[in-house]
Amino acid sequence: ECPSGIVNEENFKQIYSQFFPQGDSSTYATFLFNAFDTDHDGSVSFEDFVSGLSVILRGTIDDRLNWAFNLYDLNKDGCITKEEMLDIMKSIYDMMGKYTYPAMREEAPREHVENFFQKMDRNKDGVVTIEEFLESCQKDENIMRSMQLFDNVI
Amino acid sequence: MAAGVAAWLPFARAAAIGWMPVANCPMPLAPTEKNKRQDELIILNVSGRRFQTWRTTLERYPDTLLGSTEKEFFFNEDTKEYFFDRDPEVFRCILNFYRTGKLHYPRYECISAYDEELAFYGILPEIIGDCCYEEYKDRKRENAERLMDDNDSENNQEGSMPSLSFRQTMWRAFENPHTSTLALVFYYVTGFFIAVSVITNVVETVPCGTVPGNKELPCGERYAVAFFCLDTACVMIFTVEYLLRLFAAPSRYRFIRSVMSIIDVVAIMPYYIGLVMTNNEDVSGAFVTLRVFRVFRIFKFSRHSQGLRILGYTLKSCASELGFLLFSLTMAIIIFATVMFYAEKGSSASKFTSIPASFWYTIVTMTTLGYGDMVPKTIAGKIFGSICSLSGVLVIALPVPVIVSNFSRIYHQNQRADKRRAQKKARLARIRVAKTGSSNAYLHSKRNGLLNEALELTGSTEDEQQMTKGTSLIESQHHHLLHCLEKTTGLSYLVDDPLLSVRTSTIKNHEFIDEQLFEQNCMESSMQNYPSSRSPSLSSHHGLTTSCCSRRNKKTTHLPNSSVPATRLRSMQELSTIHIQCSEQPSLTTSRSSLNMKSDDGLRPNCKTAQITTAIISIPTPPALTPEGESRPPPSSPSHSTNISTTTTSNIVKVSAL
Repeated sequence: ECPSGIVNEENFKQIYSQFFPQGDSSTYATFLFNAFDTDHDGSVSFEDFVSGLSVILRGTIDDRLNWAFNLYDLNKDGCITKEEMLDIMKSIYDMMGKYTYPAMREEAPREHVENFFQKMDRNKDGVVTIEEFLESCQKDENIMRSMQLFDNVI
Repeated sequence: MAAGVAAWLPFARAAAIGWMPVANCPMPLAPTEKNKRQDELIILNVSGRRFQTWRTTLERYPDTLLGSTEKEFFFNEDTKEYFFDRDPEVFRCILNFYRTGKLHYPRYECISAYDEELAFYGILPEIIGDCCYEEYKDRKRENAERLMDDNDSENNQEGSMPSLSFRQTMWRAFENPHTSTLALVFYYVTGFFIAVSVITNVVETVPCGTVPGNKELPCGERYAVAFFCLDTACVMIFTVEYLLRLFAAPSRYRFIRSVMSIIDVVAIMPYYIGLVMTNNEDVSGAFVTLRVFRVFRIFKFSRHSQGLRILGYTLKSCASELGFLLFSLTMAIIIFATVMFYAEKGSSASKFTSIPASFWYTIVTMTTLGYGDMVPKTIAGKIFGSICSLSGVLVIALPVPVIVSNFSRIYHQNQRADKRRAQKKARLARIRVAKTGSSNAYLHSKRNGLLNEALELTGSTEDEQQMTKGTSLIESQHHHLLHCLEKTTGLSYLVDDPLLSVRTSTIKNHEFIDEQLFEQNCMESSMQNYPSSRSPSLSSHHGLTTSCCSRRNKKTTHLPNSSVPATRLRSMQELSTIHIQCSEQPSLTTSRSSLNMKSDDGLRPNCKTAQITTAIISIPTPPALTPEGESRPPPSSPSHSTNISTTTTSNIVKVSAL
């Protein structure tokens, strides 16, 4: 797939579009690409790829949560704002496509973000910092359990 | 999903960890693999050729046979492989489908064999890749056309159903003269009269001798009365025929609009118009012109001649080529006519007086006729004239091969259909011989077997040994099976009449078949009552059997017994017994057809299935019959009329001759 040894954003988007054919996964692919592209040089090299994967698959829960936070934090400034979250949420919903049951509503991402912030934002300051994020996730059973499920992906 | 991208799937799944913190509900459990160990290598043994592949490769398509647990049925414990008794060549393509995701259709493979294999493995043909899809579709269409031809011709050849209305029988008689002798007679009579009419039209105009008065008269005026009578007779016949066809047509509106009916009308109209019109001078001119239309009678021959029909059909199917030919000719004519006109304008006394006048020259030259009534005189005219004739040859030669090849294709198709029909008849005759042969064998051995039992009772063992030696293993097993069936149903063969050995064998075949048929069909209570009440009726009908068989051609033998059935049960019994005893083995085509028809006729389905089950029993029968038998579970107990068609009787005659 990548004979040159690096993945660029286009490749990434294509790959994801094959996995999620019904919806538009390009935005999410971009975000994900940025999360993997740790040195922000516009391409994911094999080292980046492997290090990302090793965190996800073999890291501790905290490492994974960290990685997730990194994914959500679009501008990599250490905190997630509502807008960033909204962008991510919209991109995830976009991947589902139009033909969903129940039908997708416009406000669904926004509502979802509100829920998320309610859960995560302890001091209600409108942003979620890494500590808040880690704390809230560790308290949430569902999230913990889901994290463990993904132990066996590879 | 292509294999290459599939490699990225674990990555995408890993990255899905990003969704978790935002998810509202817990994630679904990851699919656990049954075997956490390495992917397993599966061996598929297809008719001896071993294919190996990974288990996951096959499981890519879980809705097919190989991808689901259905293949476990074929698992051979001893050799730890999956054994399929199918074609290994096609399997190669199918396995490649699993490997690459693309299904290809090999050109050398027969389309129906391929379809069957696909159906067996549970793969839809629609996923054939683009590279091979067109070829597949073409072959499939061709095959379907061929089969449709066959079915059509078969349907046309079936014996007429007794339950068709009079109108329908008439229509069948018109459309297919071979259905009955009356239809054939009608066919020839109309053919004869068409010929007579055409000949009279032609002879009418021949000058035959002079009448005193020095005028040469055509025969038509000399023997006016005779010709008039002939004409009247022909028109009568044609009118009657037309009205009968109109009456019998299933869809009158469509019939009126069809080409043949228009030709009929046009052929007989002039006569009536002539009758109606008086002998006025001014209208008689128009009347004479109308007589021209009488020549259309010759087109009526197309019902009689298949070649004509093929020609007409070819012309119709080559309409576009003909159109092209016409168009290009017109273009060329206009061009050359114009050129010739202007070239010859200079010369004196030229015949090329106008462009339309030059059309005639151009046409005559382009078709290389060259009458010579118009000839260019100037040099330029001659040059263009020669160019015209050369190009004429080219333009006409181009579309003609297309028309010819179309004609040849259609003609061969027709021939092929005829040949197939003949082959089928021959094959059925062979099958019938085989069937009676095998049933004979069984009954023969049975008689001997009974003899055996009798002997056992008396204690003698010689014959026993003889008998056991005579039969092969398969035969003995077969006989054992039939014997078991007899025991099951509590019925038995009548073996006491050695004189009618052949006939009774066929009868018994039918009886037996009937039993088997009922057993197959009716797990119902009807069967319980059946055996008990049957034995007396059997014996009472034995006499009927012989009489019935000796008078096979009479349909009426079974009528007295097949009275209006009070209950379904009883009717079944009666009908079956009688029917079986009197039934014959119509050809399979009729059997198929009558199964297709509404089974109003209880006899008929029984009879047919009787034939079909015979096929199942008799081993030497070609396997082609068995699927028919199995696929057509005899409809139990429908009803009640008991006519056997004349074709059946005619077949009866045939079989007894065997």
